[in-house]
This record gives sequence, C-alpha cells and structure tokens, in this order.
Amino acid sequence: MRDVAIIGVGMIKFGRYPEKTVPELAGQAALLALKDAGMDMKDIELMASGNLYQSNAMVGQRIMQTIGQTGIPVINVANACATGSTAFREAYYAIASGAYETALAIGSEQMGKMGLLGGGAGGGDPAYSTEGVLGSGLMPAVFGMAGVEHMRKYGTTQEQFAKVSVKNHKHSLHNPYSQYQTEVGLEDVLNARVVSWPNTLYMCCPTGDGAAAAVLCTMEKARQYTTKPIRVAASVLTSDPWTQRDLTMPDINTLTRHAAKEAYEKAGIGPEDLDLIELHDCFATAELLHYENLGICAEGEAGRMIDEGATYVGGKIPVNASGGLLSKGHPLGATGVANVCEVVWHLRGEAGNRQVEGAKVGLAHVIGLGSACTIQVLEKV
Amino acid sequence: MAEASAAAPGRKPIVPFLTIPEDPSDKPYLSGSRCKRCGATYLGTRMACSKCFSTEAMEPVRLSDRGELHVFSIVHQSAPGVPTPYVAAIVDLPEGVSVRCNINGVEPDPAKLKFGMPVQMVTETIRTDREGNDVVAFSFKPA
Repeated sequence: MRDVAIIGVGMIKFGRYPEKTVPELAGQAALLALKDAGMDMKDIELMASGNLYQSNAMVGQRIMQTIGQTGIPVINVANACATGSTAFREAYYAIASGAYETALAIGSEQMGKMGLLGGGAGGGDPAYSTEGVLGSGLMPAVFGMAGVEHMRKYGTTQEQFAKVSVKNHKHSLHNPYSQYQTEVGLEDVLNARVVSWPNTLYMCCPTGDGAAAAVLCTMEKARQYTTKPIRVAASVLTSDPWTQRDLTMPDINTLTRHAAKEAYEKAGIGPEDLDLIELHDCFATAELLHYENLGICAEGEAGRMIDEGATYVGGKIPVNASGGLLSKGHPLGATGVANVCEVVWHLRGEAGNRQVEGAKVGLAHVIGLGSACTIQVLEKV
Repeated sequence: MAEASAAAPGRKPIVPFLTIPEDPSDKPYLSGSRCKRCGATYLGTRMACSKCFSTEAMEPVRLSDRGELHVFSIVHQSAPGVPTPYVAAIVDLPEGVSVRCNINGVEPDPAKLKFGMPVQMVTETIRTDREGNDVVAFSFKPA
C-alpha cells in the first residue's frame, strides 16, 4: 500500500437549504476542497460520492454535471450514517492500491426537518407496524438503550450523559460550520423535553443539510501542492460481527472496538498518541460509550472522564471540538467527510478559536446503524 | 413447526417469529431456531448460523414466555400516531435469545424498572389488517 495524503478539504456550514439541490450543496464543498488543494476537476482521477437518501439517483455524476464532467469513474456509496466516511475510504484505497494518483471524496445530504429516523415499517400494511408495539427501532430509543446498558454495567448517570451535550454545545460556539452555536447548561439539558429517556432534546443530534469534501493523492504528489500534507495513517471499515444480542440490539460497542484495534495497528499508534478525536455522538449516550470503545479511558471510566472535563478542548484528549453531531449537525452522508475536514484543520493549525494546540495525530470515527463503523487516523507529516 | 403455517384463519402474528398454534387451547409463543453445531439460538428461522456459519438445518425451538429485563428506554416522542410515553425494552430469554418489546403493566418511569427483573409475555389482538384479519402482538409485563 502506498502512503496517501489529504491535500484539500472543504465543507459548507451545516443547516437547512431548502432552495438548493444536493448537487449544488455537494458542488460547493467540492469546489472549496479543490481550491484548498490547488487543483481543479481535470486533476481528479476518481470520485467517491456518499449520499444516503438519494442513493438511487447518481449523486456523484450529478455533482460532476454541476462542477465539471471529465468522464472519470464515480462510485456512489450508501452505508447509513457511515456513508461519507465509506466514500472517503473508497477514495483512500483507490490511491493506496496504486490504481489512481488522485481522488475526490464527497459526502452530502439534504434531510430538511426529517424528524426521527429509523423504525419505519416501509410499505406493506401499516397494521403490521411494530413501532411502539414491539419496543422501538427509532434512533433516540436505540441509543437510549445503549446508554442504559452502560448505566446497568457501571452505574453511569443521566447527568453524566447530559454533560456530553453541555461540552459539545460549548465547543460549537467556535465552529462557524456548526448548524447550531448555542450554549446550554446542565440544567437546560436535563430539564429539556425527554425524547427517549435518558436522551432529552439537547442530547439528540438534529437533522439537516450539508456537504463536505476532501482531495486525496499520493504522498509523492502531495509535496508538489502543499507544505502541509496530512497523511492517512489508517482507514478502516468494519461491519457488525455476531454477538449475543446484536440482531435485536445493535452492538455498536464491539463494532467500534474491532475498528479501533485495526486502526491503531495499521497506524502503529495507541489511543494515548491521539491529540484529538471527532467521534459519532449522534446521541449524548453514544459519546461516553465510545470513550471506552476507542480506548481513551478504562472500562467503566467514561462517566468519570466527562465529570473531570478531560474531553474539553484544553483537556487531556479533546473530543468533538467541532461541536460534534449534537451541535454541528448530522446530514448523514456528509458527516464522515466533515469529520475528516475538522481533524485536518486541527492538524494544520487552522481551526481558529477551537484549535487543539499542537495537534499532530487525530482520529475520526463514525458508525452507521445496521451496522458499519469507520475510523480514519490522520497524521501531520 | 407445522402448526406455524396453519395459523387459525382470521388471526395473524405481527411478526413471523410469533407462532399462533392451531390448537385454540394453546397460547401463542415465540419461535426460534438453534444451531446444532454451536448452540447459538435465534428468533425465527435462518439459512445459516451467524456465529459459526453452519448450514446444517437448525433445530426449531419453542422459546420461553418468561425472561428478564435487560435494558429499556422510556419513549416520549415516537412516530406519528404511536401513543407515548411507553417502555421500550430488550428482554433476555433463557434460551440465549433477546427480544425487542414493550413492557406494559408498569409506569413508564425509569424508577419503576429494575435491571434483571422477571417479566412474563402476554399476547393480544391489537389491530385489524386490510384483509380483516386480527393482528396478534406480544408484549411483556412484570412477572
């Protein structure tokens, strides 16, 4: 495998853009990334485009029809919430394998005010809908139960989960790309309306629209374009292995642990070497689980870690300096590429007021329920 | 499970792994399958074992109607038309199978639910489908 570098990134502020089309949103992000790289479409040899809700609509080609048609291969990717990060991995392997010199990874989504996701009956006779009859397949409940399992094992409290929301909202104040930039206090989070206990409104990520893009190339080529190439030290994708309850209660823990182990091995580092993490806080409950899954604290210590403030910017290991999905937003297909943009900005020292000082190694983690997990480890060269 | 395909006319289970016996004196039950090689047990039928990949025909199992509460969430906001709040849960059955269900017969309050508490399955007709069949669903309640 060849060394691969990221030489350009770009994203649009997440939010709601009902007047725009998906190719327009994605095209903006792609042009920003190309400009950042000092390239244009004629320099790109392959495109990987992640989009979930238009996965049958040739989004990648429509982006090229908007910003430049060069006839290169386009891979359209769908992988639940890991859609964008899976597209990024396709671009990475296209180059690492030796087949291509350059690639453009794009993630995009237009969800508007979609409401709660998951649990849909999907056609057929609604009399057989199981939502609210056989428990819940809606994401707030699924991730609520995952948090409750942590409560059961370690005595973690709703208040500890709520602190994740306080932290990530605070971080978002310094991120101009964040869908929401609102500070919330612990009492605000705990007193907000309950969506699915223990997750209250501020503990659930919003739906929205967004796009992000990254330009990748061989490390050799990167030197011609930038003095600040960011090396992709690992790009890992896992699916859910068999575990006792996985088919009933998606086991997001084992999925992430497998990905983390492989990512650390490939990158030749351990969790103690990380300077920042962007992880998949689709719900506040999820973030604490992933502290342990990614190995940044010992088993059962995640509650204490948030109590101590260790994951704030300025703390021992900053998590979700961007504001996370909870504040920055989670336009599904865009998320995995946006995380890469965020880590790249920190590694280049370009993250403004939210900059993690001296960051050299960062990790971007995404899970898609059903299930997929991606981890990218990125390094300053 | 011969009786599964001969469900009483006019009554249909909400999911395929809820079996309605032909014999009216017998109660509906959850049906599963057990891998003959590694013992992994599943809700419903399967083509192969997800744990050990055995393709040998699985052994049908009539699952217990009692289990233990593993975890839960109190759902306050759901899909349109779904009454809230309610207790959504994962129940572990003694055969090593977990099932997603509602817990009824208890207040939807985290303080009223205990991890590991014994629960009992109940079934009832909840709706009528487009063809006029009664749709039978299951839930659990504190045992």
